[in-house]
Amino acid sequence: MNDVWIIATASLVAISSALVGVFLILRRQALMGDAISHSVLLGIVLAYLATDSRSLTVMLTGAVLIGLLTAWLSDTLHKVGKLQSDASIGIVFTLFFAIGVILISIYAGQVDLDQECVLYGEIAFVPFDTIVWGSDADGIEIGPRAFWAIGIVFLIVLTSIVVGFERLKTVTFHPSLAVSLGINVVFWHYFLMTLVSMTTVASFDAVGAILVVALLVIPASSAYLVTSSLKGMLWVAAAYGQASVLMGYGIAFLLDSSISASIAVTAGLLLFMTIVVLEIRKKIFGKQIKEALKAS
Amino acid sequence: MMEGFTLLDPLTLSPPSTWQLLFEFWQFNDMNVLWVLMGSILLGVSASVIGSFAFLRRRSLIGDALAHAALPGVMMAFLLFHTRDPLVMFLGAVTSSFIGFFIIDWLPKNTKIKPDAALAITLSFFFALGLMLLSFIQGMEVENKSGLDKILFGQAAAMTQEDITLLMYVTIFILIAVVLFFQKFRLIAFNTNFARSLGMAVNRYELLLALLIVMSVVVGLQLVGVVLMAAVLLTPIATARMWSDELRNILFLAGAVGAISAIISTQISYLAPAMPTGPWMVVSLSSLFFLSLLFAPKKGLVKRYLMQRQLRQKVLEENILRTLYKLWERSQFEQNDFNISDIQALRAMSTLNLRKALKQLCRRDLLKESARGFRLTENGLEQATQLTRRHRLWENYLNEHLELSPDQVHSQAERIEHILTLEQEKQLEEELKDSRKDPHGNRIPDAQVRTQTGSKST
Repeated sequence: MNDVWIIATASLVAISSALVGVFLILRRQALMGDAISHSVLLGIVLAYLATDSRSLTVMLTGAVLIGLLTAWLSDTLHKVGKLQSDASIGIVFTLFFAIGVILISIYAGQVDLDQECVLYGEIAFVPFDTIVWGSDADGIEIGPRAFWAIGIVFLIVLTSIVVGFERLKTVTFHPSLAVSLGINVVFWHYFLMTLVSMTTVASFDAVGAILVVALLVIPASSAYLVTSSLKGMLWVAAAYGQASVLMGYGIAFLLDSSISASIAVTAGLLLFMTIVVLEIRKKIFGKQIKEALKAS
Repeated sequence: MMEGFTLLDPLTLSPPSTWQLLFEFWQFNDMNVLWVLMGSILLGVSASVIGSFAFLRRRSLIGDALAHAALPGVMMAFLLFHTRDPLVMFLGAVTSSFIGFFIIDWLPKNTKIKPDAALAITLSFFFALGLMLLSFIQGMEVENKSGLDKILFGQAAAMTQEDITLLMYVTIFILIAVVLFFQKFRLIAFNTNFARSLGMAVNRYELLLALLIVMSVVVGLQLVGVVLMAAVLLTPIATARMWSDELRNILFLAGAVGAISAIISTQISYLAPAMPTGPWMVVSLSSLFFLSLLFAPKKGLVKRYLMQRQLRQKVLEENILRTLYKLWERSQFEQNDFNISDIQALRAMSTLNLRKALKQLCRRDLLKESARGFRLTENGLEQATQLTRRHRLWENYLNEHLELSPDQVHSQAERIEHILTLEQEKQLEEELKDSRKDPHGNRIPDAQVRTQTGSKST
């Protein structure tokens, strides 16, 4: 049963991240995804210290606020400080992450987080932290907290993409057309950043702050290589994410290594294999074209 | 088994006060403290300097990716050789960082994947691989494995004598290399194509630069950690850039910034040995950055804001003076006595701002209070005439030489009248020898006494 919960949670994490990641890749904001997933740590710690609760709403609020602050501050530094945009991103997220780590080590006794779980997450322990429906004594266990957290975020992500599909498409591929059509591009930018923050914070328990970057960018990049439509890319990215989870879990089982790290590594290996296949196909097709040219 | 530095005497039962500890720190009774301090200063300096070139090559976050990419190398080296010898670790880390570097380079050139995605992919994949190996090692029955995870966030207190010796050799090597190849690196950083056209082996130097970056990243891992190494390469140059425009100065400043943050974080590590050093280094670096961003003497935001406000004030005052001239002109140069509503009839301004500006003008002896409100003083008249003259000359110039229609010229002249210099005014006059009137038919006032030559012409 525990395995099922772990795989279910990991799958939701991987698919939500892959869907959001598609837009990050297409909008060339992969590094922003990296930055937000780091900064979210500070959001979680601050939210926890301020309210003393680990409820989903509190964590989501903290993370989304910090995520948006990261995006806004990087953008402002870029414009006002006249820094390259990736430099401003780098300055902001390293600072936020550093403050997060310092707060964790200062309040080590109070915060139910340690440096380790920031990095790996602890997906193996996910099944033990369950939510009980009703009063403590005679309530019904309805499953792990992390599962429900990412489940809700997954629904939000899915709904946003389905409902806002046309808008997101225009904003992603033709930002200037979007402006001329009167679409609020800034709003959609920050909306996307909100989705990224929500996904990372909900994935935090399961895979930690940094491995989620792998799930955001790698399946989406693999899909980017093999598809040519937005809809196709979203489906294929989700499939790559799901495949990484299943195979990664197997590898972790065999090697007795961290599950989340193995999933991320598998995602990378799948991308690698995709590239190898594409390169081979390119060689073969290249030859065929050359031969065809010779023959004619 | 190698032992970490114990910066705090574990036998001290009653914890001494912070000041006492700081005092002890600077006495350097403990030679180890001195070593750690010197090591971290050297690292701060060399990473900042080499990071500057990465920044100038517009690859600010390369350090982030390379630091993450070093992780699996360290773990692999440990897995293969079962030792924590710094040199073995170092070579392992350099190898895997370099593989990471080539992937970052290769992906965008050979696939559709964009450079930023390539960076994020490499970073997260290598990091995941490193963590996977680390978790695998932690499950194994081997000696020496504790402390491997210290390179994630860095811990100065856990550095061994060998670590520091290696750190010093490597950082000094980096600094010497930068000094030797300064000219070449500068050329590549600012204009790669030009460097290529000079016949420089650009690729070779880029590779050397990459190697130096990789080395400083790798050697800094134990002090700063994988996750935050990016900041040590990036933030110092961003800070130094606020203070100077000259590369040599910027590099020295960046080095100094790196050194200061190294000193601060080493002290904190001494005061609280459980604290990871890396985050403190980043926080002190970022504080220096934000202080510079705000208060740097030339490019700081505060200075820029003040200058903008000054300029706005100047424009406002000059606009008032010119409006007064116009009013005076309309009264056939007879009535030099105006009130606020006269001014507002000609130029829309909020009463509050106008009052403030008028007071300021009075204080500077350009206006005087009079029966109806204000009158221009001798000085004020002179300045108002000059401004009007510049405005109308410019209108004429645009009209005659650029063939703009009279209704197009006003708004342009409105802007330029505030920044034209005396010299330019004379040049305009030379160009427009015959014109006495602007395109709207108003007379161009003669230059005042100060510009003697102007009044003589025609």
